[in-house]
Amino acid sequence: MADVTIEARNTIKAFGQGAQAVRALDDVSIQINRGEFFTLLGPSGCGKTTLLRLIAGFEMPTSGQILLDGADITDLPPNRRPVNTVFQSYALFPHLTVAENVGFGLTMQGRPKAEVAATVAHMLALVKLEAMANRKTSQLSGGQQQRVALARALAPKPKVLLLDEPLSALDLKLRKEMQVELKRLQTETGITFVFVTHDQEEALTMSDRIGVMSAGKLQQVGSPKDIYTRPVNRFVAGFIGETNFLPATGGAGGAKLGCGAVIDGVAANGAVTLTIRPEQVRLTAAAEPGAIPATVTLLVYFGTDTHLHLALPDGASIVARVQSPATGEAGLAQGQQVGLRFAPGAVQVLED
Amino acid sequence: MSPAEDRQARLSARNGWLLSAPALVILTIAAIGPLLIVLVYSFLTPGDYGNVVWEFSWNGWKSVFVEEDIFEGTLSLADAHLTIFWRSLSLSILTTVLTFLVGFPTAWWIATKPPKARAFWLFLITLPFWTNILVRTFAINQIIRNEGVLNSLLIWAGVIDSPIQLTYTPTALLIGMVYVYLPLMVLPLFAAIDRFDMRLLEAGYDLYASRWQVLRRIILPIVKPGIIAGSILVLVPCLGAYVTPRILGGGKMMMLGNFIELQFGQGRNWPLGAALSIVLLVIVTAALLIYVRALSGEKRHG
Repeated sequence: MADVTIEARNTIKAFGQGAQAVRALDDVSIQINRGEFFTLLGPSGCGKTTLLRLIAGFEMPTSGQILLDGADITDLPPNRRPVNTVFQSYALFPHLTVAENVGFGLTMQGRPKAEVAATVAHMLALVKLEAMANRKTSQLSGGQQQRVALARALAPKPKVLLLDEPLSALDLKLRKEMQVELKRLQTETGITFVFVTHDQEEALTMSDRIGVMSAGKLQQVGSPKDIYTRPVNRFVAGFIGETNFLPATGGAGGAKLGCGAVIDGVAANGAVTLTIRPEQVRLTAAAEPGAIPATVTLLVYFGTDTHLHLALPDGASIVARVQSPATGEAGLAQGQQVGLRFAPGAVQVLED
Repeated sequence: MSPAEDRQARLSARNGWLLSAPALVILTIAAIGPLLIVLVYSFLTPGDYGNVVWEFSWNGWKSVFVEEDIFEGTLSLADAHLTIFWRSLSLSILTTVLTFLVGFPTAWWIATKPPKARAFWLFLITLPFWTNILVRTFAINQIIRNEGVLNSLLIWAGVIDSPIQLTYTPTALLIGMVYVYLPLMVLPLFAAIDRFDMRLLEAGYDLYASRWQVLRRIILPIVKPGIIAGSILVLVPCLGAYVTPRILGGGKMMMLGNFIELQFGQGRNWPLGAALSIVLLVIVTAALLIYVRALSGEKRHG
């Protein structure tokens, strides 16, 4: 078994009293390994930030435990947990300089001045802000403030670094840069990162493992590839990337779609929902034997890719992603008849 | 600068002067004018029945600090005056400190209430302003006198056997002044705390700061402008307080304000009164300068 750093055991967090109580976290258990980049992914209000705040110590669980390196830290206040947070709003201290912000945690721990200065210099070099050491934080750009917040949280060398949607305030280009930067910092420091986001693309590109949350429950935990290719339920399939849902009836030979086509190699019984990613839908000539006939209803151009909206004979619709035709080549046209094939093993059966 | 830009700049400068003209006129007539009269009077000779004789004299200023023995003509430091200065200054500073100690938790508590409740509590804080200060001061006297509510309660509770003598003591004066000036401390503190980003508290705790360290290293430095504003608003009127020391001190606890009034009344020494007023003004100005210095220090850093 992997080396677990932080663990939540059957944590329940309810807000409000009595009948109006809302369970922000509903019996969540999770194990996060040492040195891992772990992402909590989910729509707003799914409880991911609440779980992060329980680990940080800002909220106390209604029931359940938080363990760090096997020791119960549920009752420890935040200032006694070797865990630091990068806040969504950064929460930099406006009355202190960049260097003083970065050194704050170390100073509060009572480290000697020389050590604080050395660590601060090292951290500022790590986030490439050496030149800004004596600036006030209000004189920095959003991206620079973000780096200060990171350096400040990393300086005390926490066992776990918590990041609460830290990139959501940045524009797209800066966000991409910071994603790479975060990944680099995590590799260089070897600290366990727990990253909260609602951006599935961010989660897929950065994480070692992802925990998908919805309605206060952990829906699925796995590697980005696991989650993308083998979602366990309709929520996960729909939330991560784009996908098609097709109602089908399971039987001995495979699953039968509404239009009568049978998909081989799918083990299911009774009424089920199948899911297939748009890029796994292959187009063939309309007359090819075994292909499902379909009509192109809409073409949406995305640059390298084109999304084809297709209608099956029974009226069900499906989206296929294909490479845009080369310049000068005539592509498909609206109303054209095509045939569909699904890549082998790409069709997943979902529990609803 | 292009001609159009130039014209725009000139216009906005002229409009600025026009808009502030009424305020400037009122300030000149009502503040600077009388101040000049006071300054001139402090260098004149006192008349026999009050007023002044138009004859230059340093005596008004001399008697602020030194007094002449009537029989021997020797000069000595004016102990009585210095006592009054010291009493005014120490009581004012003590009042400022006490209003801060009481006002800060109050302002914090109000600022952390939901917005609707905040308006209600702020309204309660300003409620005393609706009543005349004389009435309020007499009320305090009623509460702290030997047969008053406070002593009766303490005796009833068995804390003391005989009433504590509070009336006409410095303690009485202090209680009265803290009561009167408390809202002036709470309001600017509230304004500063209201702007304070409460998320910084979590950041502080997260970075290993104890509650005390969060207060000292994060909250107090950030709400400092509010603390300074409140302190000035309390200290300045305290130094010139007249009604409260008159009633609660019973004439025994004279402060600068009462002493100045005395010179214009029974003392019949208008130049001395005028000189004392200027001294008071200098003390207040010094306090304000410290305030401005502290504020601009904030700006320098960002």
